[in-house]
Amino acid sequence: AMDTDLSSQDRKDLDKFIKFFALKTVQVIVQARLGEKICTRSSSSPTGSDWFNLAIKDIPEVTHEAKKALAGQLPAVGRSMCVEISLKTSEGDSMELEIWCLEMNEKCDKEIKVSYTVYNRLSLLLKSLLAITRVTPAYRLSRKQGHEYVILYRIYFGEVQLSGLGEGFQTVRVGTVGTPVGTITLSCAYRINLAFMSTRQFERTPPIMGIIIDHFVDRPYPSSSPMHPCNYRAGEDNGAVYPSVEDSQEVCTTSFSTSPPSQCVFTVTKAHFQTPPPVVTDTLKVPVMGLAFSHQLSSSRLSYQPAALAVGSADMGYPVLFAGGLNAAHPHQLIGPGKEGGVPPVPSQPAHGTQADQERMCTPLEGVHYSAATPSSSEDTETVSNSSEGKCGSPHDLLETIFIRKVGAFVNKPINQVTMANLDIPFAMFAPKNVELEDNDPMVNPPESPETESPLHGSLHSEGSSGSSTGNTHDDFVMVDFKPAFSKDDILPMDLGTFYREFQNPPQLSSLSIDIGAQSMAEDLDSLPEKLAVHEKNVKEFDAFVETLQ
Amino acid sequence: SCPLSSRCCGPSSAGPAMNCRAEVLEVSVEGRQVEEAMLAVLHTVLLHRSTGKFHYKKEGTYSIGTVGTQDVDCDFIDFAYVRVSSEELDRALRKAVGEFKDALRSSGSDGMGQISLEFYQKKKSRWPFSDECIPWELWTIKVNVVNLANEQERQICREKVGEKLCEKIINIVEVMNRHEYLPKMPTQSEVDNVFDTSLKDVQPYLYKISYQITDSLGTSVTTTMRRLIKDTLAL
Repeated sequence: AMDTDLSSQDRKDLDKFIKFFALKTVQVIVQARLGEKICTRSSSSPTGSDWFNLAIKDIPEVTHEAKKALAGQLPAVGRSMCVEISLKTSEGDSMELEIWCLEMNEKCDKEIKVSYTVYNRLSLLLKSLLAITRVTPAYRLSRKQGHEYVILYRIYFGEVQLSGLGEGFQTVRVGTVGTPVGTITLSCAYRINLAFMSTRQFERTPPIMGIIIDHFVDRPYPSSSPMHPCNYRAGEDNGAVYPSVEDSQEVCTTSFSTSPPSQCVFTVTKAHFQTPPPVVTDTLKVPVMGLAFSHQLSSSRLSYQPAALAVGSADMGYPVLFAGGLNAAHPHQLIGPGKEGGVPPVPSQPAHGTQADQERMCTPLEGVHYSAATPSSSEDTETVSNSSEGKCGSPHDLLETIFIRKVGAFVNKPINQVTMANLDIPFAMFAPKNVELEDNDPMVNPPESPETESPLHGSLHSEGSSGSSTGNTHDDFVMVDFKPAFSKDDILPMDLGTFYREFQNPPQLSSLSIDIGAQSMAEDLDSLPEKLAVHEKNVKEFDAFVETLQ
Repeated sequence: SCPLSSRCCGPSSAGPAMNCRAEVLEVSVEGRQVEEAMLAVLHTVLLHRSTGKFHYKKEGTYSIGTVGTQDVDCDFIDFAYVRVSSEELDRALRKAVGEFKDALRSSGSDGMGQISLEFYQKKKSRWPFSDECIPWELWTIKVNVVNLANEQERQICREKVGEKLCEKIINIVEVMNRHEYLPKMPTQSEVDNVFDTSLKDVQPYLYKISYQITDSLGTSVTTTMRRLIKDTLAL
């Protein structure tokens, strides 16, 4: 009886509208989880292909997946179209974040005009979807995806399954549109408990069927073709230490380039060091892992990505975040970045030498808060490793994106070493360290001789570096190294700091050296009699000259 | 011109009784967040209240242009929103929000005020009466500017305001979803009474933005009307 009320043309139109609405809904959701900003242009002349008068691009693979899931059907009562958004770490753990449901219920609105009102309301609903997809927690997670994790989508048709969202998930309704055949409802159920379970508790789930959202800088649409090589290039030492993600082909980790990160602001206060370092727990926030560095060993230019870190709890006292690659199960092990060929994995035991350096560079990734380890002397290694135990992700913290400046003042780094995770942050050494480290702290106990191996010691005291308060033992401010801010240039092996150090004590000018001086004096003496004779000849001229001066 | 009010506006005597629906949103932000927070809300509302440009054809039919959208990241708030891709519209909103922010700043330390976005229809009257503006939807954003003492607080504020704005977006979408009164789609001769046709790429419903700054006694010190649509549509 329902159908006889609706003209066949209207019915056909309605079915078409619902079908395209479903396809556009999937496009909006998936595009909102690609990890980049979307921009489409308005056009005053209708192009005819812009459904619902909105410029929403169609990513072919996504349309393909959606059509496959729908298999020619339309959402109907009991048959909902669901787009599941989940997160998968590079270790293979995954977690469902959201389920977007396009459902149909039985409540019909017979009076409504299909071609006009329903169409316009569907358009309005898509606009609402555009707005709502930016305000659920997964949006920020997806903007930070890259090395630590990727965002996946899966489309299915049938009954809605919300059990993967964990306890206490929340629902947001995007909107409803009544039609003569039922009411279309669009909503999102999203996980709020983002505590990441340790790998022990988490059963390894098989890879999620579906195309992984990946984004390559030069290929705007996701594809399941093999990864762009730069993402998988491992460091020399990397080898295969990193467990590769099962579907390595499909996992993306392209640099998500953003505008140059702004300098992070640090306020380090004494109080900060007095708080006991937080204890590492097994629950870490996944977002904390949103590390983002893309690094190519071959070139020393690094690009930045915003680093996500959970901050938020006031007692952390740290307004700045360090990219944290946290792995609850393996606190000393890096997660993810190896993919990018950048950061090598960190061995469990801090080692010395270059390995230690690398580790240090990577350990920033470990630390929720103290990750800005700088590769330098061994003290740093200890510091960082120790501090890596002090990670704490308070489960209710919000995601935080902090943009990390490459090298700030006073951050120590070996000069000629290819830098890995360039998480240097000023005052990184400020992270609460164990007490015994203070003994090694050059600021507290300045080393005797300026001629030491460690650039840390060397630079501080031989130059009496600016800014370093050599006599200053502010606990909360230690200059790790004389490293002028913003002076780093990865292209040249030498930077301003090195230049300064090297040329701090330049060799004497040759003319000033004794030997040469002596030599020229002897010459002068020899030539004196000659000169005197010449002058005596011209004495009259000289006298006349002197007269003119008087 | 229409009086500004934050409650229902009275309908004109000659027309059908029509209530102006009013929504009020409140936010507490730091000074430097005012602009972005206001733009986020206003753009979200206008996203829902703008269509593509109408092109009227013969026999009273029309086709509608395409509205593009783009993501905007906030610099001072951990928040992102979607706006209509129209530089003209963005400029108009930024101008209004900029004036509001300046007025807030110069008003003194209290930093309380509100900015309103009103959608209206024009009803032509016979000479000598000027045309009436009949509001049909009014959004008011009440702003409370807070001063923060240190960077740590500012960091927390970035997150908190971001969360709050997420809630506001959800609220706005809820209202939009009620599918309550919207002006009828106009004929070609009436289109300028319903829509702002002055922009080249999109067509929002006729709107005006105004603001008030509240002094510490809670009374309204200045009421300023700003007309943001081009004066070509002036009555």
